[in-house]
Amino acid sequence: MTEHAVAELPVANAPIPAAEPRVAVHSLDAYFGAQRVVRGATVDFNEGQVTAIIGPSGCGKSTLLRCLNRMHETVPTARVEGEVLLDGRDIYAREVNAIQVRRRIGMVFQRPTPFPTMSIRDNVVAGLRADGRKAPSRAEQDEIAVWALQRAALWDEVKDRLRDSALALSGGQQQRLCIARALATKPRVLLLDEPTASLDPLSTQKVEELVYELRGEVTIVMVTHNMQQAARVSDRTAFMLHGELVEVAPTSRLFTTPGDERTEAYITGRFG
Amino acid sequence: MTTETTSGFRHFHDQLGALKQRLLAMSARAEELVELSVDALLTQDVGKAQAVIEADREIDQQELEVEQLTVELLALQQPMAKDLRFLISTIKVTSDLERVGDHAVNIAQSVLRMHALPTHVTPEPSIAEMARRARSMLADALDAFVRGDGALGRDVCKRDDVVDALHDSLFRVMLTHMMGDPRTINPSLELLLVSRNLERVADLATNIGEDAVFLAEGKQIKHHAEQARQ
Repeated sequence: MTEHAVAELPVANAPIPAAEPRVAVHSLDAYFGAQRVVRGATVDFNEGQVTAIIGPSGCGKSTLLRCLNRMHETVPTARVEGEVLLDGRDIYAREVNAIQVRRRIGMVFQRPTPFPTMSIRDNVVAGLRADGRKAPSRAEQDEIAVWALQRAALWDEVKDRLRDSALALSGGQQQRLCIARALATKPRVLLLDEPTASLDPLSTQKVEELVYELRGEVTIVMVTHNMQQAARVSDRTAFMLHGELVEVAPTSRLFTTPGDERTEAYITGRFG
Repeated sequence: MTTETTSGFRHFHDQLGALKQRLLAMSARAEELVELSVDALLTQDVGKAQAVIEADREIDQQELEVEQLTVELLALQQPMAKDLRFLISTIKVTSDLERVGDHAVNIAQSVLRMHALPTHVTPEPSIAEMARRARSMLADALDAFVRGDGALGRDVCKRDDVVDALHDSLFRVMLTHMMGDPRTINPSLELLLVSRNLERVADLATNIGEDAVFLAEGKQIKHHAEQARQ
């Protein structure tokens, strides 16, 4: 992966060969020190689909998510073995720059993380300058900010106050601002780590609607504690337990007729 | 999973257990009414027939209560997987059981009409045989459903053919009677109606057997869906 290739990306999702996953994970192990928290995960994340990862606390689902854009390695003592292929290329290959990976695979966290000293508009375009390349012109940045805010279903609520501090927004609006910021770099993949955990029901609904709207354009992987949320918004659901991917199936099948009895036990509350 | 969630689930599972008990009680009452209606027929007992008609209201009431509880659990607990299949199927099973009660009432009403007729015919032994088989299918279907026993559910479905054959056989026998002696037409038609109602009870038991398979295995076998997939 080269900087040149990244800079030339014309749209959020360049075409990929049919039936190939956007992201393919092969035999992935993730460690904190000596402790292996993800064990031999193999899973495909299909182009334009929403995949939810569910499982009990501490099962490794957030760690797996953070391995998908090399965020895991930012933690001291953390390391990864195995492969994560983005469009067939290993993001852990020696020549690949982690920041470039994160431009293509955006991430939104459990709590909204707007930059507190920046305006709404500047928050959205902040990622465009993050890798030290020449920033787009101000006019280009304005254009991208409008596009990203519209895609994040926030434009109508903030269009008259783009210069206000991002902290003036509600929690739900801040989270959609973070999604807009992630979309601004036109990533191919969006990772959502419990994106509505700190939001009220109305804001949760707006974020879920946004995820639904973005399907088809962006490949989304979402970790959630909320099984109903996984059922509502995802095309496929993966169930993790003790660091192991137990089952990955179409959401409609996993929640009605799961194939593994551990999945059945978890989603019906007969766990442990 | 938090402690709070676990305790919420436990409460839910207690409620599922209570719902199963209600279904079993409703089924037992439906079986009793079928038995009582056929007993009324075989013993020409108008009082028993009246008792069946009056008791049907209990089953209607039970259906409303089970339905309400099921809808509440669906709305409040948002169940998944087997629990979801159980609640969806429970709404169908309770409706089938209510229909079983209606068929018992139909039989009781035939008994009352036959009692008022000047001519009587002795019920064929196959009527009692059909009643015994239909009740047994119903009991096993409910057992399969509440225990989630797919094999027993499939077994119940297979047994329906025997009841259908008994009904067809009775039809031919009654037709012969009616052709031989036109005075027997009215009571014979009533017996055919009784036979038809028993055959329907067996069909409803078959539905419940199919629901038991869906609950246990997540597979639809009604309308020969399983063979169509193969």
